[in-house]
Order: sequence, then C-alpha cells, then structure tokens
Amino acid sequence: MYEGAVQDLIDELGRLPGIGPKSAQRIAFHVLQASATDVKRLAAVLVDVKDKVRFCKVCGNVSSAELCRICADPRRDPAQICVVEEPKDVVAVERTREFRGRYHVLGGAISPIDGVGPDDLRIRELLARLADGTVTEVILATDPNLEGEATATYLARLVKPMGVHVTRPASGLPVGGDLEYADEVTLGRAFEGRRQIDV
Amino acid sequence: MGLYRDEAVVLRTCKLGEADRIVTLLTRRHGRVRAVAKGVRRTRSRFGARLEPATHVDVQLAEGRSLDVVTQVESLGPFGARLAGDYPRHTVASAMLEAAERLTAEEREPALRLFLLLVGGLKALTEGEHDPRLVLDAFLLRALSLAGYAMSLDACARCGAPGPHRAFAIAAGGLACPQCRPAGAASPSPAAVFLLRDLLTGNWPGADSTEVGTRREASGLVAAYLQWHLERGLRSLPLVERSPAPPARVLDPA
Repeated sequence: MYEGAVQDLIDELGRLPGIGPKSAQRIAFHVLQASATDVKRLAAVLVDVKDKVRFCKVCGNVSSAELCRICADPRRDPAQICVVEEPKDVVAVERTREFRGRYHVLGGAISPIDGVGPDDLRIRELLARLADGTVTEVILATDPNLEGEATATYLARLVKPMGVHVTRPASGLPVGGDLEYADEVTLGRAFEGRRQIDV
Repeated sequence: MGLYRDEAVVLRTCKLGEADRIVTLLTRRHGRVRAVAKGVRRTRSRFGARLEPATHVDVQLAEGRSLDVVTQVESLGPFGARLAGDYPRHTVASAMLEAAERLTAEEREPALRLFLLLVGGLKALTEGEHDPRLVLDAFLLRALSLAGYAMSLDACARCGAPGPHRAFAIAAGGLACPQCRPAGAASPSPAAVFLLRDLLTGNWPGADSTEVGTRREASGLVAAYLQWHLERGLRSLPLVERSPAPPARVLDPA
C-alpha cells in the first residue's frame, strides 16, 4: 500500500479494462518518473476526449463535430450505407479502402440472452435515413457471429420491404489459413459462396 | 492438469481480454462448465464458429485452477448457425439457453436429463415442424419439472384431490381445488390447460392443433410460472418474437 496520490492513481488505473494490480502499479510508477509536460499532455487528452468527442448525429460514429468526417465528406457515395456494430468496425472497413459509401453504427448487436433487444440499438435512426429514397444499397456488416447474424436477419426483414438492395459481406476461408482447420460452418459458407475463376 | 472430453451445448459466450472468450457449456457428464477459449475471436482461430451459442459440440477441456481451457472442439450440430437466419426462432433458442443456464444452479453438478432435453429442443426448433413458441413452452415446462418444479395439471397442487380443477395458483404449483384455491388465483380456459398438459407430456398432434389465442394464454402461464420459480424472469423472454403465421389447424377444445 502506497501513500495518498500514488495509491489513488494505482486504484484508478486498475479499473481500466485488461489492467490488473501489477500493471496498474507499473504504469503508476512510469507516470511518476515521466516528465511533467508528458503527464500534463496525457491528462489534457483524457479530459478532451470526454469533453469534445460526441457521436455523429447521422451515423452514430464517434466525432468531434456534429457530423463525423465521413458523413460530412461530399465525395462519399450517399447511395450506399454500411451498417456496423461499433465505431471500431468503421475503422476496420475503412482500412480496406474498398468502400466509398457511408456508415451507420448500431451501437451493438441484438442479444436476447444479455437483454439487448432491437429497441436498444440505433435501428429507428437507420430506417429514418432510408425513408427519403437516396439510399439504394444497405450492406449489413455486423460481426459474423451468432448475434451479428441474427441482427442482420432482423434488419434485412425491416429494410427489404422498403425497396432497398440488402447485402451482407461474404464469409468463408480466411486468407492465409489452412483448409483443414476450417470449421464446418465456415467451410460450408465458403462453398455456398464459391465463385467462378475467370481466366 | 488433466484433460477430459465431453459432449456439450454452448449456452453463452462473453469476451475476455484481446481475443479470448469465456464459454459457458452445458455438458453431458460434468453439468455446467465455464471454460476459456483462447484466441477464438481472431479470424484465423482454429475453433471458428464451433463455439458460438447453441452449437452442439464434442469438446476436449484442460482442467484449470478457476476456469477450464478449451483445447479441441468438433461440431456435432451447428444449431445456432442454422437458427440465426430465422429471427423468431433465434430468440426462442436464446430463451432456451438462458433457461438452461439458470436452472443449473451449481457448476459441475451433472444434469444429463436437462442436457438431453436441450439438445432435443434445439433439434426440434431447427427442424421447424412446430410453432417455435410451443417448442419453447414445452422445453420450459419440462426443464422446470426436471428441476423439481413440475406443474401440477391434474390433481390439486396443494391437497392432491383428483381433478380436473379450474383455478390456477402459481405459488401452489399448478391447479388448485375449490377448497385450496388461494385468493387471486387465475382461471385459465380449459383449452389452455389441455395445451399445457400436451406440452408437458409431448402430445404434439394435440398441441399443434390449438388456436393462437390458446397458445398465447398458455405462454403467459408458463412465463409467470417460470418467473415465480426462478425468482426473476429470463431476460430473453420479453424479446421472444412470435412467428408471423403460426401453423394452426383445427380448433377442437373437446
């Protein structure tokens, strides 16, 4: 047990995800030894993130203005919306540089066992975005696990009657993997979605 | 650290650290077990979709100090993946898994009959011969009787006087005779009581021929009965969706 401020810092750090008591102690002593400017910068950034970061009022992504960078960009295709679970997924899709449309962040996936139902997600906002007819394709890029699949099924049922093209990213064998380790569900999906090789 | 192998149904998964998950399994011989599946969230994980909820698996586990570790998995029936494409059935499967978890109070206490019931229930749900909600209610009624909370649908739940009786007293454990009937007991329709009996005994032709209204009434009784005995309701039960058109045949409440 340390005195006053040091112990307070260790306690606070220990509440962060993935940081146990030993890691908290190591980080606390690192902070103690760092220069005052470094520590002040860290403190300022922590305060800033809580003060300045908001959620984009259109897509729900994290943003520093009313509209996020992607929603505000006129070069992005307004006819395509990619629906994802978390802001982290927006970054993952952006890294591919394959998608030029806009996003919609649901804020999670439907999971009845955890008490998360359709009303807890930003589904009403998505339907409102589709109402004016500019959007022609909705890509349901929820996680390829059970909750994500069920959420995609639920959304497809709502969106299809609005006359919008609904797609889901392909699932199958990971690039760089071994066929023998693929599980039956994944391998089955890969066979279902096989494509012709053009030579 | 010993290795052991068992058959199991995945009840629930939750994230752990960077890429791991804690999976709750209902096993055939070891009851409910919680185990760590390392690296399962990575796209190149060799476990892949096998440890998704509602999957029937053959699993090898290594005993750990607090949690066991999953070392190998083979899939025996990917019920979850088949059900994810049908939202109402998916919600029913979630409620079944949650009920199975809640009805196994102690970890590692063998629950063979509940395991078999769950596998059978998921199979029936996937085959899609019956209204999913009927499958759920049949599962809940039978799971409750395995746990010692069998609903008394013939004799009076309190004094044992032979039935049939009209009043339904949840706290007493089923139907009650006019002498034992507590204040505020419900009076369900005879058709709903018939349906409950059919679901509990597995008389599917009888259950399939009921009307939507009767099914709703019976579901309400099952939900209230379950909530009373579990002390708090299932979180997934309010989210269970009814199929748009349940296959009702003839109505003949005898």
